[in-house]
Amino acid sequence: MIFNFPFIAVIALILIGLYAIIFRKNLIKMVIGITIIQSGVNLFLITLGYREGAVAPIFTSLPSGTEIPQGMVFPIPQALTLTSIVIGVAVLALMLSLIIHIYRHYGTLDVRKIGGEK
Amino acid sequence: MNFVDFLLQHSPALIVAIPLLGAFLTPLVSRINNKVRNIFVIIILLITTSIVLLLALDVFAGNIHTYIFGAKDLTLPVVRILFEVDAMSAFMAIIGSILLLVSVIYSWSFIEENSGLDKYYTLVLLLAAGMFGMMLTGDMFNFFVFLEITSIASCALIAFWTNKGKAVEAAFKYIVISSLAALFVLFAIALLYGQYNALNIAVLGSVIQFSYLDKIALVLLVAALAMKAGIVPMHMWLPDAYGRAPASVTIILVGATQASLYGVFRVCFTLYGNTINLSPTSIGWIIVLLGVITMLIGVSMALIQSDFKRLIAFSAVAEIGFIFLGIGTGLTLFANNQMFGLIGSTAMSGGIFHIINDSLDVGLLFLVAGAVYYATKETSLDKMGGLARNMKYTTIFFIIGLLAISGIPPMNGFASKLLIYESTFQLNPILAIVAILSSIMLLAVFVKVFHSVFLGPAQPKFKDVKEVPKTMLFAMGIIASIIIIFGLFPDLVINNIVEPAVNALINYSEYIRQVIPTFTGGF
Repeated sequence: MIFNFPFIAVIALILIGLYAIIFRKNLIKMVIGITIIQSGVNLFLITLGYREGAVAPIFTSLPSGTEIPQGMVFPIPQALTLTSIVIGVAVLALMLSLIIHIYRHYGTLDVRKIGGEK
Repeated sequence: MNFVDFLLQHSPALIVAIPLLGAFLTPLVSRINNKVRNIFVIIILLITTSIVLLLALDVFAGNIHTYIFGAKDLTLPVVRILFEVDAMSAFMAIIGSILLLVSVIYSWSFIEENSGLDKYYTLVLLLAAGMFGMMLTGDMFNFFVFLEITSIASCALIAFWTNKGKAVEAAFKYIVISSLAALFVLFAIALLYGQYNALNIAVLGSVIQFSYLDKIALVLLVAALAMKAGIVPMHMWLPDAYGRAPASVTIILVGATQASLYGVFRVCFTLYGNTINLSPTSIGWIIVLLGVITMLIGVSMALIQSDFKRLIAFSAVAEIGFIFLGIGTGLTLFANNQMFGLIGSTAMSGGIFHIINDSLDVGLLFLVAGAVYYATKETSLDKMGGLARNMKYTTIFFIIGLLAISGIPPMNGFASKLLIYESTFQLNPILAIVAILSSIMLLAVFVKVFHSVFLGPAQPKFKDVKEVPKTMLFAMGIIASIIIIFGLFPDLVINNIVEPAVNALINYSEYIRQVIPTFTGGF
């Protein structure tokens, strides 16, 4: 059961994020929802590569007596997560800059009030 | 080894690398002057297009190309990033390169008066790199990365006219939808990776079991990619994004949407191809039903629009429904060899042929709408009228687009729609009836537009309207002539381009065997 805990956390994060995107009326909160989903997916990737009691897969700084490769966590999910984080930052920056433009046009961040052409 | 062979060997990487390099050189080049920059971008895309054609010629002759990054030969287990180009990928890359080239030629005059054009062209080339990457890659995670590159570049391009509030709003909607879709894709990739310890499409396709988790991954992948392709009920971002972006961007967005569509087919046929007889008809029927709903909702929404580009955007939604109907019919019968030979392959040829026809027809109409906007600065259909007097070439191009999109005989739309009608009729007559009905409604929609924009009495406020510049006419002329050629010689196109693409989707085992020579599954 305790080993399933990260997966339960992943599903919870994704559901919280979806709730924020669907039901929140503030654009900033929608963006926060997306970042929460992103964290959930990243956590899922990291959890897939985790081994109990294993060390980071850096060959040059292994503690003595580490079994190779059984004593190391999987490196590929970590590489994937790193890529996904970088992409996430780019998307986040783009969304926030769009929000700045939207605020300049409509003077509000409420989804119900934006959309009328000036 | 001569130069052409060398180019051919490295072509999958070059097709992505050249636009990417060009994208980051564009700001430097544009310091010289604007004309040099425009020529530079066109040359970059011309080089890319010629490499795409070179690669496509070889792929259509029956060779699947693989390109391994970071190593000379493939070693098992596959840990490298692979590009794998079969006829379907090459087919999509041809569509993408035509649309990009036309868009850049069109942009020359259309977007001339705007500032920040070096960024515009940088984003166009980035979008090109992302689009080609999605079409050519053979690695799931790589697909996700290119999907995100495409989304980011196209979002920034949709919001290019930031002085219009609605454009920014449409771009925000688009980025929320596409980042959500991309995260679902990543989650599905993680589910597959966790089970099979592989990211390569071919490797995954050879070991996939159709377990419970695989079903979840399939649902996530198809739903997310269909959301990006604008399938009803997940189409609400598409009319906004298509309608608010500059016309020269919209035509590339059509290509980006088709790239997501390609993702759906790659997932259904290649990734899950080996398990298709475990779920004989369900996925196919779901795709068929989505296609039917998309057609109906798309055309009925198009009927009531009063904004020119938004109306075309809704008909673009309907057109994607036709593609889904055709290929879904093929997928439904995929496990049934006998029925597939009778009607499934016809339906698939119709669906795949319609991908290229749809992007050309819808693209031409968007360019015409952009030309009308350029000349009159007006988007509302109610305020236009009598433009045929002043813009006769644009009117001719609109008539060609109108006939093509509603499937009237001399144009290309007819050829692919006929294939879809006759094959779906044998699966279930109702499907064909709905498809024909949608086509007729599309005709009604565009005849209405034709009447309200181009016919009618001359309006005093449009007295000084002139024909659009030559480069825009030239861009529209390219598409229009391709439409007519495809319409006059459909069998030539079907035999040489469409059939290899259909066979590439059906014979997924060839795709897998390219990476894993010992794979024995498949029909």
